[in-house]
Amino acid sequence: MSTNGKLLDVQHVTVEFHIGGLVGGTLLTAVNDASFSLESDKPEIFTLAGESGSGKTTLSRLLLRDLEPTKGKVLFEGRDLSTIRKRSEFTEFIKKVQPVFQNPFETFNPLRRVEAYLLDTAINFGMASNRRDAAEVVDNALRNVGLSLDEVRQRYPHELSGGQIQRVSVARALISKPRLILADEPVSMVDASLRMEIVNLFQKLRDEQQVSVIYITHDLATAYYISDRIAIMLRGYIVESGPVEDVLDRPAHPYTQLLKESVPEPTPKQRESWAKHIALGATEVKEYGRIGCKFAGRCPQVMDICRKADPPDVQVGRQTVKCYLYSGHGENAAAGSQS
Amino acid sequence: MTLLSVKNLRAYYRTEVYGISRTVQAVDGVSFDLLPNEIYGVAGESSCGKTTLIKVISGNTKPPLKVLEGSVNYNFNDYKVDMLHISQDELRQNVRWKEISYVMQGSMSVLNPVRKVIETFRDIVDTHERITDKKKFLEQTRAHVNRLGLPTDVLNAYPHQLSGGMRQRVAIALATVFQPALIIADEPTTALDVVVQRGVLQMIREIQTTSGNTVLLVTHDMAVHANVADRVMIMYAGRIAEEAPTETIFDAPLHPYTQHLIHSLPMIGEKSTKASLKGAPPNLADPPGGCRFHPRCPYVMDVCRTKVPDLISVKERHRVACHLVEEGAL
Ligand SMILES: Nc1ncnc2c1ncn2[C@@H]1O[C@H](COP(=O)(O)OP(=O)(O)OP(=O)(O)O)[C@@H](O)[C@H]1O
Ligand SMILES: Nc1ncnc2c1ncn2[C@@H]1O[C@H](COP(=O)(O)OP(=O)(O)OP(=O)(O)O)[C@@H](O)[C@H]1O
Ligand code: SF4
Ligand code: SF4
Ligand SMILES: [Mg+2]
Ligand SMILES: [Mg+2]
Repeated sequence: MSTNGKLLDVQHVTVEFHIGGLVGGTLLTAVNDASFSLESDKPEIFTLAGESGSGKTTLSRLLLRDLEPTKGKVLFEGRDLSTIRKRSEFTEFIKKVQPVFQNPFETFNPLRRVEAYLLDTAINFGMASNRRDAAEVVDNALRNVGLSLDEVRQRYPHELSGGQIQRVSVARALISKPRLILADEPVSMVDASLRMEIVNLFQKLRDEQQVSVIYITHDLATAYYISDRIAIMLRGYIVESGPVEDVLDRPAHPYTQLLKESVPEPTPKQRESWAKHIALGATEVKEYGRIGCKFAGRCPQVMDICRKADPPDVQVGRQTVKCYLYSGHGENAAAGSQS
Repeated sequence: MTLLSVKNLRAYYRTEVYGISRTVQAVDGVSFDLLPNEIYGVAGESSCGKTTLIKVISGNTKPPLKVLEGSVNYNFNDYKVDMLHISQDELRQNVRWKEISYVMQGSMSVLNPVRKVIETFRDIVDTHERITDKKKFLEQTRAHVNRLGLPTDVLNAYPHQLSGGMRQRVAIALATVFQPALIIADEPTTALDVVVQRGVLQMIREIQTTSGNTVLLVTHDMAVHANVADRVMIMYAGRIAEEAPTETIFDAPLHPYTQHLIHSLPMIGEKSTKASLKGAPPNLADPPGGCRFHPRCPYVMDVCRTKVPDLISVKERHRVACHLVEEGAL
């Protein structure tokens, strides 16, 4: 229970959404009993990867206090986020925890110039007292991501390319000199070279400025390259987690295995095997509503028990895996006798 | 026969704010052909002009974007279209969706968030062929969606009830209702996980194989091109750096930028630092003279700073724009 020494401590959080419109309305558990923590004196890059629509963004919204968990709690520097009430307290908190949002086109007001927004950010966070100083702060932040104030001057968001606007949103997050950066797909729209630049920047922030980064991404290659630990999400659950080398070199969960096998190799030589047909989950609501393991409908190793109750978290080496294959059910179920 | 012939296309953004005018040279002298029945990939770093190029060739040029020079000519089975001079009416009636479909970047947006998917299908079909028989329309739409491997219940869903991957596949299903000769997809899988990405790209490939149309696939993700495209164009700062069959681009690239691109690709299992290019990406409002890659090129020569290299055919189907090639050094 002690939160001493923890920068961030996520304790058994669950988020439920009511979705109407469907027959009678349903509950969707977008995040299901998720736990993890980051040490205060050991800055690290923690990757959240996994399915589209598996709850990664929802989980990160909890960490920004943008959403209250239905169950569980989130502590930042020992403080339960639900106790932050006053506006000034929130400002102090959010200065230390800065988001880089997933859809950069939504981060910026289309009717305001990008530069004005960045300068305001610098002033509102007290990083500069006048526009001239703010310009310097902003220019520095932009140079970190391969842009400059000159380049974005006078521009509206739609006048920047997808990758440019994405880099601007990383730069924006750097302005307040945060301790934790929550980067939701910060590189999805940029090419390999810039991608490496941005993730190298995260590494530099970790090593030189003790900034921790929660890196949400679909790009397992850069995740492998920069992160210390990784958690793989599927339909609200963290299904596998551990040191990134262990999880990605020897994935234990059948979903992580499929995920790794689906990464396209940057060479035409694997075309045929990559083109091997795969089954995709249908609508989200259906898989979310499934009882037992959410992957059961697509898992090549599914057993009877998998459809009956949630699989347990099992420690496999340094990995934690949510799957019956590792809880002693494997052989039993294969014999068809498991109830 | 060619499906599309683009010649010496120059398209710039011209903006005026408070008397400061700015010209972004986003597409600057681009020439290429699309053949029937191929998947043609367009790659290149962020902001090199990929989206701008397809805006122009798909008939979506709007101020501040302006075409200064060049031609964009289609030949759809003897129905010829001059895209730079076609009327808006003809474009809407005969070309859009019917001959050319464009799945836009960040485009879950073709799907109206407050209407069921089937309604969006109805809107699009209705503008081209008045729906008189509702039952038949429903049947045909179901059959179409099924043929593409999607469950028919997606038609009754609202967009927010579908996963990102499913939405993107619905957008592609919409784009193929009329079996257009050309499907343009701008970063169709960048926001998706790799399993779903694989499913979406497999679907694009299957559509292409069965209906024999042409797909123009824009993405900066070289691994996607490696697995999907037949030919690849590498753009750099508004110009074509290199164009070749996919195998050649990956196994024997000639342009220094392409070589960098291929060798900088990260892979799982690698922790070593990949060299990134020195210098910042070019600012297209004030691009470098001569070869636009020269400030970052490891092989730069004097001539590169002043003279724009021509795009030269080094082999059949392999074109490169670099002075090293012109001088016979490669
Ligand atoms: N405000 C909301 N109301 C209802 N459902 C929601 C809400 N926000 C998210 N969801 C649903 O919760 C699930 C998880 O969504 P989330 O955006 O967290 O996924 P994600 O892992 O970030 O996906 P992606 O990789 O596509 O960004 C999805 O099914 C989504 O549709
Ligand atoms: N409406 C606009 N007004 C002014 N400049 C623009 C506009 N749209 C794009 N640009 C500029 O044109 C250049 C090319 O942009 P474009 O969107 O074509 O790039 P891209 O290759 O598609 O990049 P990305 O991979 O990041 O999507 C960029 O410098 C961009 O800032
Ligand atoms: S619990 Fe069962 S269905 Fe789920 S991943 Fe493991 S084996 Fe497959
Ligand atoms: S023309 Fe010169 S600067 Fe440009 S790519 Fe070739 S060698 Fe490099
Ligand atoms: Mg997300
Ligand atoms: Mg683009």
